[in-house]
Amino acid sequence: MMRSVLPLGAFTLLVIVFLVSLRSGRAPNLIESPLIGKPAPEFELQTLRDPERTFSRSDLLGQVSLVNVWATWCVECRHEHEFLMEISRSGLLPIYGLNWKNDRDEALRWLEVLGDPYLVTGFDDTGRVGIDWGVYGAPETFLVGPDGQVLYKRIGALNEGVWRHEILPLIQQAQVVGVQQ
Amino acid sequence: MALLLAAGAALAIDPGAAFDDPALQARYEGLTNQLRCVKCQNQTVADSNAPVARDLRQQVREMIAAGASDDEILAFMTDRYGNFVRYRPPLTGTTAVLWAAPFLLLAGGLTIGVVLMVRKSRLVSDDDCDDAEAPGEETP
Repeated sequence: MMRSVLPLGAFTLLVIVFLVSLRSGRAPNLIESPLIGKPAPEFELQTLRDPERTFSRSDLLGQVSLVNVWATWCVECRHEHEFLMEISRSGLLPIYGLNWKNDRDEALRWLEVLGDPYLVTGFDDTGRVGIDWGVYGAPETFLVGPDGQVLYKRIGALNEGVWRHEILPLIQQAQVVGVQQ
Repeated sequence: MALLLAAGAALAIDPGAAFDDPALQARYEGLTNQLRCVKCQNQTVADSNAPVARDLRQQVREMIAAGASDDEILAFMTDRYGNFVRYRPPLTGTTAVLWAAPFLLLAGGLTIGVVLMVRKSRLVSDDDCDDAEAPGEETP
């Protein structure tokens, strides 16, 4: 009896493990960010439009905000741009841009042609600030709480589904907490 | 052809060595070979052409030059990219299964193999008992 049960049992166990993993919906090559639940990193960058002005971590404090990593060479950034414009127009929360490993003139031209959803964009041409945020590609979007805590990270383009199911609930939660304080 | 194959191993992604000091160079190579390129995830930071890998090699170089220890550099990377960035993940509750699995599977496989062999040899000796009486021979 053991001869037939053991392989069957082992196979069943494997099937369960694989099913659970497959249905979790997480793409295995997306790295979970160790920043979730931790304070956003300290940084200070020139703004994209005006090198004399700076964009730094303290600008993020006081409200829930999005920090969106983008570049003109990034195709998925082009795809999510319209959705970012919608969020910006809704006025729900500010979107800060992190222009990552890009040419300044090209980035400015891109915003001119397509529209600018960002309250402020930081210019990170070397990618050094990106490293502190654990950025390894574009687009990436972070949700940051009023106290500067990283609440969520999206790797890949934003879309309606992700927004509605994953990000919006966190925004609403954070904004309620903000009002209570 | 042999020359090409040999040269492939020696080719660095960045032209020239990062450090003149061989001890620092050895540390640099050691570290960049145990960090995963987070973009091209089946390559090390040392091997990958991805821009992020280049940035991380630069970061390692700067940190070595600034006097950071290997542990500090590895901690810097895992703080930002998580344990996944290390090719040899540290032993924690979650990675314990990863580390132990090959040994457990081997032990399990050997156990099954031994059990089956023992059982089989027992069956064979039972047959021997039966064969002591040659087939077709009548017992009086």
